[in-house]
Amino acid sequence: MNGPSTGRGPLGPAAEALLIPVGALVAAMLLFGLFIAMLGQDPLAVYGLIWQGGFASAFSWQNTLSRAAPLILTALCVAIPAQAGLMVIGSEGALALGGLAAAVTGHLLGEASPAGVKLAMAGAGMLAGGLWILLAGALRQYRGVNETISSLLLTYIAAALFNHLVEGPLRDPASLNKPSTDPIGTANMIGSIPGMDVHWGLIFGVAACVLAYLLVRHTTWGFALRVVGGNARAARLAGLPVGALVLGACFFGGAASGLAGMVEVAAVHGSANASLMAGYGYAGILVAFIARQNPLAIVPVAVLLGGISASGGMLQRRLDLPDATVLVLQGMAFLLILASETLYGRMRLFRGAEAGA
Amino acid sequence: MASKRSYTRRDALRVISGASALSLIPGWAWAQTKLTVGVIYVGPRDDYGYNQAQAQAAAALKKLPGIKVVEQEKVPETTDVQKTMASMIEQDGATLLFPTSFGYFDPHMLKMAEKYPKVRFAHCGGMWTEGKHPKNTGSYFGYIDECQYLNGIVAAHVSKSKKIGFIAAKPIPQVLRNCNAFLMGARSVDPKITCQLIVTGDWSLPVKEAEAVNSMVDQGVDVITCHVDSPKVVVETAEKRGIYSCGYHANQAALAPKGYLTGAEWNWLTVYQQHVKDALSGAPFKNFVRGGLKEGFVKMSAYGKAVPDAAKKKADATKAAMLKGDYVIFKGPLKDNTGKEVIAAGAALKQTDPVLEQMNYLVEGVVGKV
Repeated sequence: MNGPSTGRGPLGPAAEALLIPVGALVAAMLLFGLFIAMLGQDPLAVYGLIWQGGFASAFSWQNTLSRAAPLILTALCVAIPAQAGLMVIGSEGALALGGLAAAVTGHLLGEASPAGVKLAMAGAGMLAGGLWILLAGALRQYRGVNETISSLLLTYIAAALFNHLVEGPLRDPASLNKPSTDPIGTANMIGSIPGMDVHWGLIFGVAACVLAYLLVRHTTWGFALRVVGGNARAARLAGLPVGALVLGACFFGGAASGLAGMVEVAAVHGSANASLMAGYGYAGILVAFIARQNPLAIVPVAVLLGGISASGGMLQRRLDLPDATVLVLQGMAFLLILASETLYGRMRLFRGAEAGA
Repeated sequence: MASKRSYTRRDALRVISGASALSLIPGWAWAQTKLTVGVIYVGPRDDYGYNQAQAQAAAALKKLPGIKVVEQEKVPETTDVQKTMASMIEQDGATLLFPTSFGYFDPHMLKMAEKYPKVRFAHCGGMWTEGKHPKNTGSYFGYIDECQYLNGIVAAHVSKSKKIGFIAAKPIPQVLRNCNAFLMGARSVDPKITCQLIVTGDWSLPVKEAEAVNSMVDQGVDVITCHVDSPKVVVETAEKRGIYSCGYHANQAALAPKGYLTGAEWNWLTVYQQHVKDALSGAPFKNFVRGGLKEGFVKMSAYGKAVPDAAKKKADATKAAMLKGDYVIFKGPLKDNTGKEVIAAGAALKQTDPVLEQMNYLVEGVVGKV
């Protein structure tokens, strides 16, 4: 990279990392206000409703956080392999299979002690999700198959496999019109965070993000991974086990998604059924990209997305706006945040005079 | 306000058993609004299908004085719908909810019903079970297979190839019952007719639905109907290929001015009005409501231009019998398409029979597999 300056302006790089995305968000809100005015609605009222729906009260915060929770884990499925230079977009499939594995494990162990069953479900979910994404990594590492395409195609295979098993061999005969696996039993459900109406997926997600951040930024394994991401050939020349690193990153990413599937089963649905595939995996891709593949940035980005989606309901209910209105806001916000990336290192305010070469 | 429906013994028991606590509904959020109703859809409101059928009833409710309707569309069957229900209750003051998608019931609606015991939850589908589910929840559904039977009668009159087609989302009881009724209606006119079944695998797969229509047309099928969330693609593709179609969920006549024969439509306003009336008067919540043509839960689309008089006559006669309420579609002897007897000779399963809700077979004449 030859453009960006490394000098220092009146404000430091930390302020840059905060102010640029926030500025982009403000710009997106202004644009959205214009769009709303064109629809004949009052932009100020809309801003008020967005605030009220997503962030104004304890209730709306819980609404926002519960929508953000699954996205944090699925975004990690993209962000961890990205450290090794892989663009994996198969989180939806890993989530589905992780959920299925967890549901089957929970049902099989149904009578054992709940703590053990929960642990086994989490393990099974992570293993299934991890192996699924590892498959994409192995195809890339050993057969030269583009991992973006293969992980996307693997998602279709996962969905087909999932539907076949849930509607066939693993179907609970009592689930007539909504085919599901056998229930894991109420004793094995993990429930909500005490005092909040948000499930444990939020805590798992935040913990996984912190863990991933430490792993990537503060261990030799993480350093090696980033070397592979920077230049795989150079990493190999330096004697790094590139294959193992790539496969490991894919496994950890997939395991995060698999855990998201386990949480959906054990905290929400109580069994595996088609509702697991609600698009969390795809939304996670968006979150990871906006967070610039930084595990710690995933949390606020997911909360932002959750808040927009919570507010979207408010806009629909109060102003009779279609659901697509929210997609417009989401699109504008994320497009501008991504576009604002080009500003890094190019503003004198943050990085001194010789920027923009 | 007294209910139009006469009270059954079950209703009376429910009152005694304390469900009347529901009448203690708290103060309203808006001064002039006597009741706020929340309606939640899994897909877009203008899908020419399942969601539109519900949205039409919601739109009609909005016109009633003192009723405020809040709506939210494209809500997935996850914690999203739980939060949407809670938002309608906490932020909009809704006390009667219609979460319309089948997958909203368990666990989402049940969980919210426990949390908000004074709110009435009316779910579309057949899941509510006495003694198992809370008293402030309930199911409403309709015997739309009656309309599919009538679709079949009309289809048989216009089909030249004697092959008709049914495109299904999933091989589940509700769907199989519709497919079987469609063929049995057709066979009541011409016993040689067969019905090709294609299962797409999910409720909304427009590409597969179009492929299914095309492959059926290539095989000589000349009348088609379906059970998917939005029949739009099926009906449009059929029109493009120059064959006839029968609608489902809502009226799709505008999509196929030439080939649309008639259609099986929901008439949810009947149910919505009943629940609104009960909520306003404080009458106990009717947990389990079902009905067919007779009760006004379902209706037929107006006949299209291509429907011959003979078809109208025969369909209208059968409809008249159904409106009287004693028409039996599923009666023995009835074989499935593997030759196994599924209903013994002499047995007649009335529309209300719960056995029909476990249907897991395709009747003789349907080409396809469950």
